[in-house]
Amino acid sequence: MINEILFMDGYGIYVWSAFIFTCLSFTSLYTITKIQYTREKKKFIAKFGTLESEKAAFAKSQTINKEILSNPSGI
Amino acid sequence: MFKYFQPNRIFSITSKAPKYVFILFVIVLSIGLVEALILSPEDYKQSHSVRIMYVHVPAAWITLGIFSSMTLLSVIGYIFKIRNFFLISKSLAASGLVFNIIALVTGSIWGKPTWGTWWAWDARITSMLILSLFYIMYLLVWRIYKDDEKAFKISSIITILGIINVPIIKYSVDWWNTLHQSSSINILSKSSIHSSMLLPLVIMTAAFALFSLLIFLMKYNTELIKIKNKGLDRL
Repeated sequence: MINEILFMDGYGIYVWSAFIFTCLSFTSLYTITKIQYTREKKKFIAKFGTLESEKAAFAKSQTINKEILSNPSGI
Repeated sequence: MFKYFQPNRIFSITSKAPKYVFILFVIVLSIGLVEALILSPEDYKQSHSVRIMYVHVPAAWITLGIFSSMTLLSVIGYIFKIRNFFLISKSLAASGLVFNIIALVTGSIWGKPTWGTWWAWDARITSMLILSLFYIMYLLVWRIYKDDEKAFKISSIITILGIINVPIIKYSVDWWNTLHQSSSINILSKSSIHSSMLLPLVIMTAAFALFSLLIFLMKYNTELIKIKNKGLDRL
């Protein structure tokens, strides 16, 4: 059973390489996107921390800014 | 109606949705992989190599769907000056390009045992390669032009030019003699694919669609945070 799934009558090398390539592409795209998201979010939080209290209060009054600050991971 | 597409309104949804989409994607992909690699039967002609179809075909469908959506969003966005539509289009492009590359590479891997060659300059394959060039050009525009207005305009032109290629991809197998087989699945007429193969194909397509949705949501949220970062600078 295992051998049949692995070798697939000699076609295993083609089938598995196609599936592994797809899996690697998904993983790379997900990782890159996650890194970009985290970087932008960290930048936002750092900038927010440097704001004067009045400006910070104004910025925090916007729903979207509140959402960014409250959503820790994004996924 | 367009006011419902305002980033402020939809960020509360798009920021929470990725984790649920991710869980759903993992579940659907697991079922799809079991169906595609173990439960589905081999083809009487192509034997087990037919299993490559379960990654190749969904990737091709989704890359075409994404490019068509990008064109529609860019055109509507340009006509009605809706900046958010450009953001959505831009957020879709990366996953569209990756699905295009997957379709090309897995197609090439499938070509070796089926046609005896990794690559042929036939109409379907060449037009898919051209589509990937349009994706690359689109993404490069957003990198090169810092002026948003210019980027909106040029990216819209690229999608409008690129969309001409989409029906060419679809009908290339009917218009020219190609190595690529003609379509086995038709919405309007009876499909020639057996249900035992159609089921894993549908499940894998759903999994790929969920993955593109996940990447889109993450990219879109990143774009919104970028805008908000600029907003903080102006305070």
